[in-house]
Amino acid sequence: MTAAFPFSAIVGQDEMKLALLIAAVDPKVGGVLAFGDRGAGKSTAVRALAALLPKMRVVAGCRYNCDPDRPAEFCDDCRARAAKGALKAVAVPVPVVDLPLGATEDRVVGALDLERALAHGQKAFEPGLLARAHRGFLYIDEANLLEDHLVDLLLDVAASGENVVEREGLSIRHPARFVLVGTGNPEEGELRPQLLDRFGLSVEVKTPDDLPNRIEVVRRRDAYERDTASFIAKWAKEEARLRKKISAARERLASVTVPDAALERAARLCMTLGTDGLRGELTLMRAARALAALDNEDVVTDDQLRRVAPPALRHRLRRNPLDDAGSSVRVDRAIADVFG
Amino acid sequence: MNAALAWSDAVIAAQLFALDPVGTGGVVVRSRAGPVRDRWLAALRAALSPAQPIRHLPLHVADGRLLGGLDLTATLLAGRPVAERGILAEADGGVLVLAMAERLSPATAVHVTAAMDAHETVIERDGLSLRMPARFGVVALDEGLDDEFAPAALYDRLAFHVDLNEMSIRDADDLDVDGAAVAAARGHLASRKVSDEQIEAIAAAASALGIVSLRAPLLALRVACASAALSGRVGVDQDDIALAARLVLAPRALVFPQTPYAAEQQQPPEPQSEQAEADDAPDQDQPDIDRALDEVILAAVQAALPPDVLATLRASSGRSRARSQGKAGVLQRSNKRGRPAGVLRGELRSGAKLNVIETLRAAAPWQPLRRREATAIGAGPAPPHVLIRKDDFRISRFKQRSETTTIFVVDASGSAALHRLAEAKGAVELLLADCYIRRDQVALIAFRGQAAELLLPPTRSLARAKRSLAGLPGGGGTPLASGLDAAFMLADSIRRRGQTPTVIVLTDGRANIARDGSQGRPRAEEDAIGAARQLRAAGFTAVLVDTSPRPGASGEAFAREMGARYLPLPHADATTLSKAVLANMR
Repeated sequence: MTAAFPFSAIVGQDEMKLALLIAAVDPKVGGVLAFGDRGAGKSTAVRALAALLPKMRVVAGCRYNCDPDRPAEFCDDCRARAAKGALKAVAVPVPVVDLPLGATEDRVVGALDLERALAHGQKAFEPGLLARAHRGFLYIDEANLLEDHLVDLLLDVAASGENVVEREGLSIRHPARFVLVGTGNPEEGELRPQLLDRFGLSVEVKTPDDLPNRIEVVRRRDAYERDTASFIAKWAKEEARLRKKISAARERLASVTVPDAALERAARLCMTLGTDGLRGELTLMRAARALAALDNEDVVTDDQLRRVAPPALRHRLRRNPLDDAGSSVRVDRAIADVFG
Repeated sequence: MNAALAWSDAVIAAQLFALDPVGTGGVVVRSRAGPVRDRWLAALRAALSPAQPIRHLPLHVADGRLLGGLDLTATLLAGRPVAERGILAEADGGVLVLAMAERLSPATAVHVTAAMDAHETVIERDGLSLRMPARFGVVALDEGLDDEFAPAALYDRLAFHVDLNEMSIRDADDLDVDGAAVAAARGHLASRKVSDEQIEAIAAAASALGIVSLRAPLLALRVACASAALSGRVGVDQDDIALAARLVLAPRALVFPQTPYAAEQQQPPEPQSEQAEADDAPDQDQPDIDRALDEVILAAVQAALPPDVLATLRASSGRSRARSQGKAGVLQRSNKRGRPAGVLRGELRSGAKLNVIETLRAAAPWQPLRRREATAIGAGPAPPHVLIRKDDFRISRFKQRSETTTIFVVDASGSAALHRLAEAKGAVELLLADCYIRRDQVALIAFRGQAAELLLPPTRSLARAKRSLAGLPGGGGTPLASGLDAAFMLADSIRRRGQTPTVIVLTDGRANIARDGSQGRPRAEEDAIGAARQLRAAGFTAVLVDTSPRPGASGEAFAREMGARYLPLPHADATTLSKAVLANMR
């Protein structure tokens, strides 16, 4: 496969990049939903991020990408093997699994292993895309066109972190924690509001509309396509710096504290906006904490809240479906109210 | 642009595409099947080298065939999974032809575009996990009429958009295409580079033309390089940039470029001279190179824009929205997706889904018998563990919820405007909100004055629905027949796509404009009844909301002709109206 476009070479798209970095630091933030123009580089950004992330350690030969350092979360196979002796670990790139539009449910959740069924008459489980996406990213292009029952299923698994398969006489459960990244073009249809709410962050992606930026995008893309190797080499230093930043932020994350004042601000912001449930506050807090970790801070401040509030809240506003006044505008207004 | 010139551009596009199929992405050929298109394809074949395979993609290709997957016959014979290559991988190094691209399902289009982006196919099917190189160019034969188009994602990725619809075979001269020259030029392609100024100029021109996608300027650069290689020049010069702008940017233009230069050229000049000017430009000495380049590009684009530019622009801006999804009928794919609904004995055709458990179960009782049979014949090597015959195949059936599209036919005539247009709008908005919740699609037809107009093709985007409704003016005659005809045509096309249409007509029923636009109540009413009967004959679900101040027998009779439920609502507000309509739709 051709090497991915370097993440740091992406021009503009600051909000999208920020949301992806936050999700990379703390996958618990929930998925990222990117709605916007065609050809704005949504999928480029997701693939670039995966290439950027530090490699992860997995149990060698495990079909579910189990983490050798976390025996409590092992799949049944690893558990059985761990009981017999020490497991070997290997480093692999963080998976980015594409969910094609036409994917069938059995390919997503997993199904009967055809080879063993045919050759040996055995009932065995063949893991699906969810298993492969464990600890990585599951990328859905045109999420708004995906069939509803698949979206339901994905969000359910993403929320529980576990895939439960009860089909074709199989009864399997395995860990499946992944960052769901959905993209779409709002002109072609919208996601149901109930589903919108399940995504942690939502960003609006626009093709840059100022000339210098557009020229820069075209120039970099052209350079990348002409001579991929030297373009990547040119950006390698920047990529390494960003990779280090992510690793450092991940380590720092647990020690970042959220003072009561910040919690109160977050709650007031959500109340002002009238978001349903507590998911908004939780996401806001988690995202702010991840951002503080990225910023090399120990305490969450207003600055972080202010920056993550739009992507964390704009899709949670209870809205009149006919009111097309942008939700971003409403979030901005509320931020101005609460933070003064 | 005249036809001969357009044809020569089309042939140049074919050569440039053949020169660099992967870099330029491909060509959309918008044309009905016919001799002109055949001639164009012949030119393309001449330009391609024999080493470049041409693969045709059948319209209803199963995913397994497209991406590759399990070769079931070989697998059963061997007793272990045997992979087969898909069409995308087979097209590697060559050209993929999509016939009837306007009917391409979004799911298939996604696979094609994903392979184009990644230059490889990744198989995740039937327990196989394989990567295969797939570097190919696409020729999309778009035979759509009016608002039918190939998927937007494809249009975006293919550099050339060639329209042969307006061309007759007389215009399409047999231009000399030298495959050897193209092949030779291909060798030089890698060394052709564009300068920073040229990148800037192309990006700026794309911006000025209102082209949002950044793929367009990138593709234009690839085309400029290909053009330089083809003409044997060492560097990419203004000719190449101008050609690229004309071939790649002009068909995508959404606004008329607003530059002083463009303003001068506003009056449609004879295209021939304009063209010549664009071509000659580099020969004249231009002191200010940047400016000159911009002008060359815009001049080139302008030459390619047809005189009725506004109409074309409007059509193309609506393109991405009005695009049909090209869905096949519900029944056709009911054995592929949706929720499981039982198992059936059947053949593995057209991508039907094998239910392995049931197949094995069906085969199980016969195993001892078949094994004995196999040993009796002494058939070659050791028989596989499980002996499966064709009769054992069991296929999963799936039930798919058929999508509903609600067509609102709104009477915006003078009489209705007087009575109730505002309420009707309010009610439609509330109904829209309900459709939104149920994920239905909505479409909006308004009739007033002389004719009916499709304001909103079926969509799920509420913001758009609301916009077009808010912009709906009232006044004029009541061409009821035209409104119903438009509704019939739309409902019919929706049904052909496998969705269920529901027609909701809001009118006061006083038709006074006949189908042909002439005035006069009797003719108009006769036509309206004819149109209503057509709806009934087709068996569409319909609701007639009578909004006249004194509803009565005439409205009810008309609803009967239409086979519609009748709802007299003279004094209802928007909420009552929407509630009543909803109750009647269930």
